[in-house]
Amino acid sequence: MSETITGKKTVLYYAHRALGARMVAFGGYEMPIQYEGIIKEHLATRTAVTIFDTCHMGEFRISGKTACSDLEKLLSCSVGDLAIGQCRYAFLCNPQGGTIDDLIVYRIAENKYLLVVNAGTQKSDFEWISANISPATTRATNVSEYTAKIDIQGPKSPGLVNKLLNDSLLDLKYFYFKYCYYKDTRVMLSRTGYTGEMGFEVFCPHDLALSLWNDCIQLGAVPAGLGARDTLRLEMGLPLYGHELDAQRNPAQTGYSRNISTTKTFIGSDRVTSPDALEEKMVGLLLDGRSSARHGDAVFLGEHEQVGTVTSGSFSPSLQRAIAIAYVRKEHSHAGSILTVATERKKINSQVTALPFYTQSTARKPIAQFL
Amino acid sequence: MVPNDRKYSESHEWIKVDGTTATVGITDYAQESLGDITFVELPAVNKTVKKGQECCVIESVKAASDIFSPVSGTISAVNKTLEGSPEALNKSPYENGWIFKLTNVNAADLKPLMDGQSYQKFLEEHQ
Repeated sequence: MSETITGKKTVLYYAHRALGARMVAFGGYEMPIQYEGIIKEHLATRTAVTIFDTCHMGEFRISGKTACSDLEKLLSCSVGDLAIGQCRYAFLCNPQGGTIDDLIVYRIAENKYLLVVNAGTQKSDFEWISANISPATTRATNVSEYTAKIDIQGPKSPGLVNKLLNDSLLDLKYFYFKYCYYKDTRVMLSRTGYTGEMGFEVFCPHDLALSLWNDCIQLGAVPAGLGARDTLRLEMGLPLYGHELDAQRNPAQTGYSRNISTTKTFIGSDRVTSPDALEEKMVGLLLDGRSSARHGDAVFLGEHEQVGTVTSGSFSPSLQRAIAIAYVRKEHSHAGSILTVATERKKINSQVTALPFYTQSTARKPIAQFL
Repeated sequence: MVPNDRKYSESHEWIKVDGTTATVGITDYAQESLGDITFVELPAVNKTVKKGQECCVIESVKAASDIFSPVSGTISAVNKTLEGSPEALNKSPYENGWIFKLTNVNAADLKPLMDGQSYQKFLEEHQ
């Protein structure tokens, strides 16, 4: 394997190398794909506690007296009714009704918001947002370079974070955030994640990230990479930009109607909330056996009629079989439909199923159960 | 260090000859590169294979890889435990993780294969 490094390094890069991680280029960064093994890291997230380096993701501060109204115009979700301390998943759409990115919007104060976006789309997201805010009364600042983020996920994560940040956490609801102190510095802790398990994202200044990462390991967290991050989110049916979402994909087709407001207009809303938007729907496919389907594989009804395309596929460590997410024409998107996936080597039978595939996830449970 | 009781191909298969039967598997380097193996598509018993012919597919979480027969011969047995427990390939690539056995091996095909030391050197040069 050659040692050519093409991407940027996060502040935790050398920690991953020291742990023997296998690295991969992702979103412009050199990131760990696995340490001890994808399946081990996946199962540790579902049963114990793992940590993920997510420093590569982007963060933007949006503030000013028209911040809220500008965000209402830019984002698919309702923004004005967010409580201070609350956050919400949203789509950033283009005027054609496609998706520029998916993100989470946090309400920090009356007129102050934080947007957390994907690494690969960070620059284009910021350009788009900057071009579409009121120039005199809304300010957008890209704070990605100064903001480190570590995801701490798994049923044992509340116990760990309780010790790490000396906070009871009992008041922290799902998709809410608060400020805590780590080594006398204020850090932001949100009850969010991309795994389906009880967990958190910690936002801190760069210079604290390595120490926080190492403290988590000392407290029993298992480092987990992008490989496990992908199998975990796949089992939960969570979209990944570049697969389930792209500039041509109407986000209404994901089925996340709670994050698409029908009581306001936003950029792209005429296409996104139109009744024709749902000509294709995002579904789960349970494949027969262990052999996987992959992004781009065609989905057929019977021998000849292509009715959809796979956007993500892998072996599911929790279900012990192959699973896939696909967009399928709405007439064939009902749970129980039998469809055939044409993988690179062979055709595999599959059954349409409602998402998520994994139904014992702990993310929304009362936090007290885990402390 | 790789075992010295067998020979190796440049595509990281090993072959161990015992009388008229040869056993084939993949090396530790190969299983480590693949990552967690999730599925093995075993070849059919009695199938004849040519040296260099793709005869088996190994899938890991992220990718699929073809396995090439290092010699010509006839598949006489396959390791059925890999169907239910493909992780055996990761845990024991040189013993329990054997993939298939061959008879009617073309002895001339064995000659150009590397011995343990040469394969070790090959790995060092190509890493």
